[in-house]
Amino acid sequence: MCGAPAQTPNIPAGIDLTKETVIYGVVSSADGAAVPGAYVRLLDGTGEFTAEVVTSATGDFRFFAAPGSWSLSVLHKDGSGKRSVEAPEPGLVEASLQLS
Amino acid sequence: MSRADVLVSADWAEENLNTPGVVFVEVDEDVSAYDGGHIAGAVKLDWKTELQDQIRRDFVSKEQFEALLSEKGIGNDDTVVLYGGNNNWFAAYAYWYFKLYGHDSVKLLDGGRKKWELDGRELSKDSVSRSATTYTAKDQDLSIRAFRDEVVAAIGTQNLIDVRSPDEFSGKLLAPAHLPQEQSQRGGHIPTAANVPWSKAANEDGTFKSDEDLRELYVGEAGLDTSKDTIAYCRIGERSSHTWFALHELLGEPNVKNYDGSWTEYGSLVGVPIEKDV
Repeated sequence: MCGAPAQTPNIPAGIDLTKETVIYGVVSSADGAAVPGAYVRLLDGTGEFTAEVVTSATGDFRFFAAPGSWSLSVLHKDGSGKRSVEAPEPGLVEASLQLS
Repeated sequence: MSRADVLVSADWAEENLNTPGVVFVEVDEDVSAYDGGHIAGAVKLDWKTELQDQIRRDFVSKEQFEALLSEKGIGNDDTVVLYGGNNNWFAAYAYWYFKLYGHDSVKLLDGGRKKWELDGRELSKDSVSRSATTYTAKDQDLSIRAFRDEVVAAIGTQNLIDVRSPDEFSGKLLAPAHLPQEQSQRGGHIPTAANVPWSKAANEDGTFKSDEDLRELYVGEAGLDTSKDTIAYCRIGERSSHTWFALHELLGEPNVKNYDGSWTEYGSLVGVPIEKDV
């Protein structure tokens, strides 16, 4: 084994990744530590709220979206962040966020 | 009815954690959230196992609700302060549910768990036990609950408000995007429904917008005709409870119902009209 294993999200059993568009990632602090309990929002192509989740103990989050243009925003008592995400087709799309 | 009668601030909550007659109740979609830390003294209600019949798709009966609240140690005279995750979706659903069974004094903690956490306020892992009570519920107040036939009859005649996200309204998504999209029902929305996502009623920290902003949102932007009755729906009736709260409890609109069957029922009905935009 060389190098770190690829980071993959914890997907529930029975999810068909040829149909589901899963946007996932980790929220980290400015110094790179994973941030649990951060509020991550998925916004659609017009910037409208679509869903919100809270990061897990390991800072992970995940959304079941659809192909298209999205953006993510994160809110935590220690900071916030934003980024855009392109999901051209169903499958996994990694989109991590850092607080600033 | 005014905002102060139905909504309490996090500061108020912190000052009243030990006030006799005030019971904090946490209701989350993620039912494990409570165990990871809750407001000190708060009891937990599980919306799936405790507020829903476990065989039929319906709520628990009046007798079951009485037994549940008695066991939780909630009395008829207690002021129940509800809060939870997801910007209070399920707490608002429980609020509506308490009102359905006629509980007198219910309030929602503005911003719920999110605001509480963003403020860095204290959470406790201590187990909570309250002495049992003998709770008496009223018959369901059906003036706030809509069923499918009323919803079909409301097409083109009453205000229908679809509070899901624009992509669920259009039919692009079948569920809120934190949930898997594989669903049996059809995508789209009820014809003549206006799409006013629940999130437009809330600030980013989960607190409700001001009454002025809410009125502008529903009446000004969405064109809600306040001379007509209104039915709000979403996917399973929890986000529409949030909008029901904004319209009925905060703005004082008199005839507003929540359709708890919502899209998971309507989108599975045989023969009803559906509009789809994708």
